[in-house]
Amino acid sequence: MTSTKLKVTGIDLFSAGAFNEGEGDETLVLQDPAQGVYKKLVIRDNRIKGAVMYGDTMDGTWYFQLLREGTDISSFRNTILFGQHDLGDAGHGEETRVVKLSDDAEICGCNGVCKGDIVKAISSKGLFTLDEVRAHTKASASCGSCTGMVEALLASTVGEGYSAAPSKKAMCSCTERSHDEVRRAIREDGLKSMRGVFDTLGWKTPDGCTSCRPALNYYLLAAWPGEYEDDAQSRFINERAHGNIQKDGTYSVVPRMFGGLCTANDLRAIADVSDKYQVPEMKVTGGQRIDLFGVKKEDLPAMWKDLSAAGFVSGHAYGKALRTVKTCAGKNWCRFGTQDSTGLGVQLEELTWGSWMPHKFKLAVSGCPRNCAEATIKDLGVVCVDSGYELHVGGNGGIKVRITDLLCKVASEAEVLEYTGAFVQLYREEGHYLERTAPWVERVSLGYVKQRIVDDAAGRMELYERFKYSQQFAQVDPWRERAEGAEAHEFTPLHIDPMRAAS
Amino acid sequence: MSDWIAIAQLEDIPQLGARKLQTESLDIAIFRTGNDQVFALRDRCPHRGGPLSQGIVHGQAVSCPLHNWKIDLQSGQVQGPDEGCVHTYAVKVEDGVVYLSLAAAESAA
Repeated sequence: MTSTKLKVTGIDLFSAGAFNEGEGDETLVLQDPAQGVYKKLVIRDNRIKGAVMYGDTMDGTWYFQLLREGTDISSFRNTILFGQHDLGDAGHGEETRVVKLSDDAEICGCNGVCKGDIVKAISSKGLFTLDEVRAHTKASASCGSCTGMVEALLASTVGEGYSAAPSKKAMCSCTERSHDEVRRAIREDGLKSMRGVFDTLGWKTPDGCTSCRPALNYYLLAAWPGEYEDDAQSRFINERAHGNIQKDGTYSVVPRMFGGLCTANDLRAIADVSDKYQVPEMKVTGGQRIDLFGVKKEDLPAMWKDLSAAGFVSGHAYGKALRTVKTCAGKNWCRFGTQDSTGLGVQLEELTWGSWMPHKFKLAVSGCPRNCAEATIKDLGVVCVDSGYELHVGGNGGIKVRITDLLCKVASEAEVLEYTGAFVQLYREEGHYLERTAPWVERVSLGYVKQRIVDDAAGRMELYERFKYSQQFAQVDPWRERAEGAEAHEFTPLHIDPMRAAS
Repeated sequence: MSDWIAIAQLEDIPQLGARKLQTESLDIAIFRTGNDQVFALRDRCPHRGGPLSQGIVHGQAVSCPLHNWKIDLQSGQVQGPDEGCVHTYAVKVEDGVVYLSLAAAESAA
């Protein structure tokens, strides 16, 4: 089942499921011709069967979720047409539920903010928007999963003064332009530098901010492979230092192990490096790689030199980039395996490693539908079956688990590589920075992705070719470069030299 | 003042970037803005001790790499609505050489 979002001459349209009512169905309609808004839900047994809307399609994804999950809507049927914000996004009747909580009830688990703190900040500081509450209390400012409850508290505390206006679509406060507008201008106006974007698009700040600079750096890199020169100072520290900064300022190091395969020599080399640099802790990651924690920044290049000599490249565990291809044992060993999932995983990782993405990107290959590699919660997951390969897209674990949608089934490993490369490239070209494939697929609709990747064979080939073209510039191991002396200032502290003291 | 210490060439510090200066007792972050102003602050965020030298420099501020607290490079003041202050040190650039004075170390409380 799919949903469709269209823009026809500037009007937003959304449809999903069976939106023409049949016998025994009920319909709920909200119509406001003056504002150009129309919403219709087709209901049967208090479950949504279909939805069609134009003018205001903000809640399309929510209706579609209720439809797919077969949620019983009877408890909020009387307000369903007003949209999800009327309820709060963590559940139904959020507002009444939150109001009944005691003041010491924890609302935001990430930052340990209780209901009383939030209500007090709202009333004493005169806060009216979600952003203000986030800024002052930190509630909902980290993972965002309590946003619905915080909005409900705002609504109940300030009453009519609260406006649940959609958060503005500008990239950040440095510009009025949206992500899509900026990307289009980069392409169409041939903007090839950060300065060019700031000047041409009238940036309001002299050199951007922590939101727009990393986004622009990615957009420029994706638009002009081989031409745009990466701007290290516009990358978050993890991508600048090619390791994950930890709370004590040390870094963690994850060598790439293609498809999760390794040899005794690989493990020996990692053990040797761990001894030599006195790594305090090692851990196997969720993506089947080995993480070395607690490395001093100054030691990184030397450690990378040793890893590089043993044949390792960066695992990019720190980046908005291709992370890992997780695999199961596959038919070479497993008595249930239908295909060589490990070998295919290695090929996929060799194809995709090093590529920068709007957000992190994870792959997995399972050798049979038992799906031991958990391929259906990955950005792209391959589930092998006897007759070929199912390609699943748009999944993730994390704050809000999303199960993949089935994109299509293909017959050969070569097709898996081609479709994967094309899908990755479509996401690289059209996803917003920091938007994972799960919300991206929901925003553009699975139907659109299928049309671009499955139906349009010529377009798919072009996407695949563009991906392979950009990979020739991306597949340069950043660890080896730095081990050989690149960006030395990043890893070398200054010292006070008494001989240089001046009068 | 006779306590100016030459610590680096201006070009040793990347534009819109920083270098960490290690001393025996503490780390100092030396920042260079987009228009080549240089600032020195203690390399420690008042929030959770994050190394400010690793943050993104924008305008005349740096954002801490750990939790994105924003600190004004001139005053060392944390930008609202967060609250706090970072020690600042006097710096000057002459003939492309960056000088630091540790005498003012305790001035910004």
